[in-house]
Amino acid sequence: MITRVLAAIAIAFLVAGCASKPEPKPVLADSVILLPHADGTTGAISVKQGSREVILDSPYASAKSGADGTPRTGRESEAAVKQEFGALLAALPPAPVSFLIYFQSGSNEFSEASNANVVLLLEEMARRPFPEITVIGHTDRVGTDQVNDALSLQRAQRVKDLLTQRGIAAERISVGGRGEREPLVPTADEVSEPRNRRVEVSVR
Amino acid sequence: MYKSYCVRKSIAAGFAFLAATQVFADDVGKVKISTGSVFIERAGARMPGPVGATIEATDTIVTGADGTAGVTFVDNSRLSLGPNSTLAINRFRFDQTTHDGNFDSSLKRGTLSVISGKLAKRSSDAMTVATPSTILGVRGTEFIVRVGE
Repeated sequence: MITRVLAAIAIAFLVAGCASKPEPKPVLADSVILLPHADGTTGAISVKQGSREVILDSPYASAKSGADGTPRTGRESEAAVKQEFGALLAALPPAPVSFLIYFQSGSNEFSEASNANVVLLLEEMARRPFPEITVIGHTDRVGTDQVNDALSLQRAQRVKDLLTQRGIAAERISVGGRGEREPLVPTADEVSEPRNRRVEVSVR
Repeated sequence: MYKSYCVRKSIAAGFAFLAATQVFADDVGKVKISTGSVFIERAGARMPGPVGATIEATDTIVTGADGTAGVTFVDNSRLSLGPNSTLAINRFRFDQTTHDGNFDSSLKRGTLSVISGKLAKRSSDAMTVATPSTILGVRGTEFIVRVGE
């Protein structure tokens, strides 16, 4: 008898316990969708959930975090992405555009073609919200890294000075030097190549 | 003679280093698109985030129910936030000379789209975006993230 009463009480507690237990929280699945670049190529992204990892590397491939701790992969349609995320994608700032600047040989003046590029640069700035300029100098592969880093920065600084003379506010312009790391025309080390002695002006 | 050449070279390199690191010490990005309510949280304070506002290396960008924001970073990474979104930048470091650095952020809620820049091109682990349940490793790419709710 006592056992039966105890069992009944135990069951009553269990039932009460069950009833007062909150609904299990739904798992909040974070999701990611890989998009193709404007040029048609697609990059890759790794999605890690704890120690589980999946790689997405094709257009509109997607992954969602799973309740069991493993990401679930899938694929979205281009139309569905446009419909659901069109406003989000429209808020991406415009892609930076860059122009190359060369100097007349033995002179501190821009070459004729480079003057035309400066006009294009000013037009591009007028089209953009809060435009900023980055001026990056490059060298050819003659000389050491240290010397070329300093030289490329000097070239960039010179271009910055000339751009401010043409009315671009100095605080909108930042400068950098890439030295010989990013040749336009690949060459062996210590090769003199005028096309690599350039300054890249990009507006973003 | 040899010594003075060495010294001169070191001084030149030292100046180059200073100049390269100085330029972007605080300013890591700029708000380019801002509609509705957009805020920047910095050191416990909240300020509005209009077009032209500066983003610093550990800022949090917050949008309200009617807000969207577009930001371009100094490495040419671009991102946009949809309404009701919070993105915390945990770390941003970019060397304009070598392209080395890191861009780590956390999307706490809402939606984010990203077009990666020079950092992600340089190294496959330079750019990460964390969500409450995942970590995304960006390998030079374009993508959308949404936090579940």
